[in-house]
Amino acid sequence: MDFLRPACWEEALAAKAEHPTAVPIAGGTDVMVEINFDHRRPEYLLDLNRVGDLYEWEVGEDSVRLGASVSYTTIMENLRAELPGLALASHTVASPQIRNRGGVGGNLGTASPAGDAHPALLAAGAEVEVQSAGRGTRRIPVDDFYTGVKRNALAADELIRAVHIKKADGPQQFSKVGTRNAMVIAVCAFGLALHPGSRTVRTGIGSAAPTPVRAEAAEEFLNAALEEGGFWDNGRIVPPSVAKRFAELCSGACNPIDDVRGTASYRRHAVGVMARRTLTWTWESYRGTAARTEGVA
Amino acid sequence: MPSPTLEFARAGGAPLGTPTKITQGSRTKGGIGESTLRPDGTLKVTGEFAYSSDMWHEDMLWGQILRSTVAHAEIVSLDTSEALATAGVYAVMTYDDLPTDVRRYGLEIQDTPVLAHGKVRHHGEPVAIVAADHPETARRAAAKIKVDYRELPVITDEASATAPDAILVHDDRDDHHSRHVPHPNIVHRQPILRGDAAAAAERADFVVRGEYTFAMQDQAFLGPESGLAVPDDDGGVHLYIATQWLHSDLRQIAPVLGLPESKVRMTLSGVGGAFGGREDLSMQIHACLLALRTGKPVKIVYNRFESFFGHVHRHPAELHYEHGATKDGKLTHVKCRIVLDGGAYASASPAVVGNAASLGVGPYAVDDVDIEALALYTNNPPCGAMRGFGAVQACFAYEAQMDKLADAVGMDRVEFRQLNAMEQGTLMPTGQPVDSPAPVAELLRRVKAMPMPPERQWESSEGVDVRQLPGGLSNTTHGEGVVRGVGYAVGIKNVGFSEGFDDYSTAKVRMEVVAGRPVATVHTAMAEVGQGGVTVHAQIARTELGVTQVTIRPADTQVGSAGSTSASRQTYVTGGAVRNSCELVREKVLEIGRRKFGSQHPAWATAELLLEGGKVVTGGGEVLADLVDVLEDESVEVEAEWRHRPTEAFDLRTGQGNGHVQYSFAAHRAVVEVDTELGLVKVIELACAQDVGKALNPLSVLGQIQGGTLQGMGIAVMEEIIVDPETAKVRNPSFTDYLLPTILDTPIIPVDVLELADDHAPYGLRGVGEAPTLSSTPAVLAAIRDATGLELNRTPVRPEHLTGT
Repeated sequence: MDFLRPACWEEALAAKAEHPTAVPIAGGTDVMVEINFDHRRPEYLLDLNRVGDLYEWEVGEDSVRLGASVSYTTIMENLRAELPGLALASHTVASPQIRNRGGVGGNLGTASPAGDAHPALLAAGAEVEVQSAGRGTRRIPVDDFYTGVKRNALAADELIRAVHIKKADGPQQFSKVGTRNAMVIAVCAFGLALHPGSRTVRTGIGSAAPTPVRAEAAEEFLNAALEEGGFWDNGRIVPPSVAKRFAELCSGACNPIDDVRGTASYRRHAVGVMARRTLTWTWESYRGTAARTEGVA
Repeated sequence: MPSPTLEFARAGGAPLGTPTKITQGSRTKGGIGESTLRPDGTLKVTGEFAYSSDMWHEDMLWGQILRSTVAHAEIVSLDTSEALATAGVYAVMTYDDLPTDVRRYGLEIQDTPVLAHGKVRHHGEPVAIVAADHPETARRAAAKIKVDYRELPVITDEASATAPDAILVHDDRDDHHSRHVPHPNIVHRQPILRGDAAAAAERADFVVRGEYTFAMQDQAFLGPESGLAVPDDDGGVHLYIATQWLHSDLRQIAPVLGLPESKVRMTLSGVGGAFGGREDLSMQIHACLLALRTGKPVKIVYNRFESFFGHVHRHPAELHYEHGATKDGKLTHVKCRIVLDGGAYASASPAVVGNAASLGVGPYAVDDVDIEALALYTNNPPCGAMRGFGAVQACFAYEAQMDKLADAVGMDRVEFRQLNAMEQGTLMPTGQPVDSPAPVAELLRRVKAMPMPPERQWESSEGVDVRQLPGGLSNTTHGEGVVRGVGYAVGIKNVGFSEGFDDYSTAKVRMEVVAGRPVATVHTAMAEVGQGGVTVHAQIARTELGVTQVTIRPADTQVGSAGSTSASRQTYVTGGAVRNSCELVREKVLEIGRRKFGSQHPAWATAELLLEGGKVVTGGGEVLADLVDVLEDESVEVEAEWRHRPTEAFDLRTGQGNGHVQYSFAAHRAVVEVDTELGLVKVIELACAQDVGKALNPLSVLGQIQGGTLQGMGIAVMEEIIVDPETAKVRNPSFTDYLLPTILDTPIIPVDVLELADDHAPYGLRGVGEAPTLSSTPAVLAAIRDATGLELNRTPVRPEHLTGT
């Protein structure tokens, strides 16, 4: 195994172009597990740890440009206001040590349906900035990024440089079920973001389908119901029947499997419960009545 | 965040940790009853402690084991040529390369092949071993060994094991259990019959029945199996190893190597936990074989994945119970049948069966019992010793039954237990009288009397603290769906090896003057696995010999056997051996004193003399001589064996017999909060009351109770090795999917320690380590049942069980 150590982004792109099978490694929290278990023995490892601008983030007018290697800890500590859903999701990632190493670029690169960042990115709305030496930069909407189990839309010569995530213009929540109270891989997860600006609600579901997915039918139903009832303006409580239907549609968006972490039917059920609860929390927050949540970030 | 706190309380209300009055050596600092600190404690928490996996030797090779990828198969062919031809590989060995005719080993039954012989019986069975100059080279070479398996049907449960046409897991049994078992796929069966359960059932006003399932638990010690074998010039080998019992390993290793035991030298190296999982051999023989074959030191270290295959686990069990009571709440009878899955090899299964059977009724007085316990041979992973050893599975079931029966009778669940609690003098189902305090009702009273944790602790004026809620940081509830439940349980565990085993230990104690001060040296073969034995031995030596400075020699086989660090026995038995040898040393020291100074004071001849604070003193405290002056240049050394009272085997048909030497009791109250919609559980508090006879080191006692409590909680709500019933393959051999409680899952554990001396035991002490593991699990289950109203007859409880999905 060759270990490639580019000193800057251009060198990294050149290396990737030269060795399209090279596996990029930053925090190593996914790649090293695979190597340690001998599930993967790449010919080349492309170490991105010397590429400084991957650790940079920038808060813009409408969105945050988050470098691929910005750690979960950094997100929790610095971007809680702009990216509340992602900050909540970041806090559920593994242990403090792993959160100091891992970042969203790795989650996207691995594209595991269980990656904690995905539901938050889907709910917030995001674009993945990727680049190749030969063809330059393109921005892939996160909705189109996940193409299969642990597969994404990257070409062999491309690297993930940053993620552009819409700044929160309303409350966001993230909820994840695991069978212990910390340091656990998701049995299933759910992200929800209210976008009062566009009067829309977006969702993200993790670990309950071959890829991270949005519950689009549920979003459409809820968007229509909120619009119809004038809820965005009158700030009334979302009727339980609406929340219930929304939850059912979120469950329906799942296409889960039975595995050692949980059953398919539990996953469907739990996504529904999380959908209902996160809708309640965000809506209460939007109405300005929610209590603060401690212990998150 | 608020960390789990500890509350200290003990009989009489004095806080645990306050030195209690002791009859001897009270003027010598650091003696028994004090919470002296562990010598290895700081090193372990700062990461400086050298574990067995940290050893290194000039010019050493790395060993690697090739394990079977299937559970049950004939080995059609085995080709090692490509592995052998790999650069850097020094040796590849299979069954055919074993040096002697002794090719199997085992704790009691020698049924475990050193390397597979024509057949594998479980997933992960060792097939071949490789030594190479780099661990990665060894791994890759092992992967090049070609094994052609012809798969056989798997035996995975009682039905498949005892079916008329069942394949025999071992078709050549000649062990002593094989003569009495009803089927060759049953390792051992122990009935216990006392009174007339059928007749007593007729008198019962209420009868409850239940079927219970207990999952396979892993010891999950943090330091994986590892050791270093170094060839000696005389053709022997020196093995540095993390184990629970050096001499038991030695007895099994030497014959396979074809060496006399004197040529297999063993030294204990840093042990990263054990919990029963190091009672059986793992890589010991493999490392020695490779070292002797290559003439070079060979180190083997399992990774976590391999560790899941490299040691036996806690037996999963199916338990069938019937309990009866009269309308005034007295137990009439108990019938039970406990089926333990022993997996492919016997390991400690026979003794686990004996425990499950003899402790199957729990700490209750009932005259009419009909008990049957057995362990199966299957193609599942081998199971053997783990903290609680057969008593854990039974306690989970009989405590669920006691709740059911209390409800049927219409009594308070704690009062119902207290009404039926055993006490000193009660006869066990085996007919053995309990001949030391058995404060079962009192422990329940104490645990019930503790203040309840406040409700809705997640709420504050600041908002919601999700860390206090089910789901924790995963942010699944802000209080929605959360219901509190409370449950109680109590258990009984035997201490020490039972059923007639000659359970002894050996201690060598030396006393001399070094640099002008009296010093004691204690040398035993006791495996320090984290239980704190080395701390306690020094305390005993200080108390008995009146010295401040005690040197604890590394454990090795240059001294006689200490027996196993298991069965809650080590403080009792090796502690007893250290005390005994200290007493013999003291007599010799006093003899020297009498010889030198006897004429100077009449007390030398008449009074009972003690060693305290470096001096010879009378019982009244008068100083007769300084130990430095008594000993001068002389040293006094004694090596002696010490044993507890003998026990008897259980009768094979009736189970009657004085099989146990001591019992240990603990009770728990669990308070849980369950998110009933998502099926997530937060254990808020696990209050424990335990009788320890005498706390030699109160801080260590507390650590044992907390640890045991948490290990019991783990199997209640998350820990389970999942074995595919179709293939008998392990599905979750990693800490990613075998979940252990984190600190955020750890409840507050208030501990109330009772010290009622057992007059038969050294200092009146009772083994501590296992009892809290028993009652913790059923208490948590009872609390979850209380919160949800569900029956929950299985551990661990998973979200799908609580949500019906």
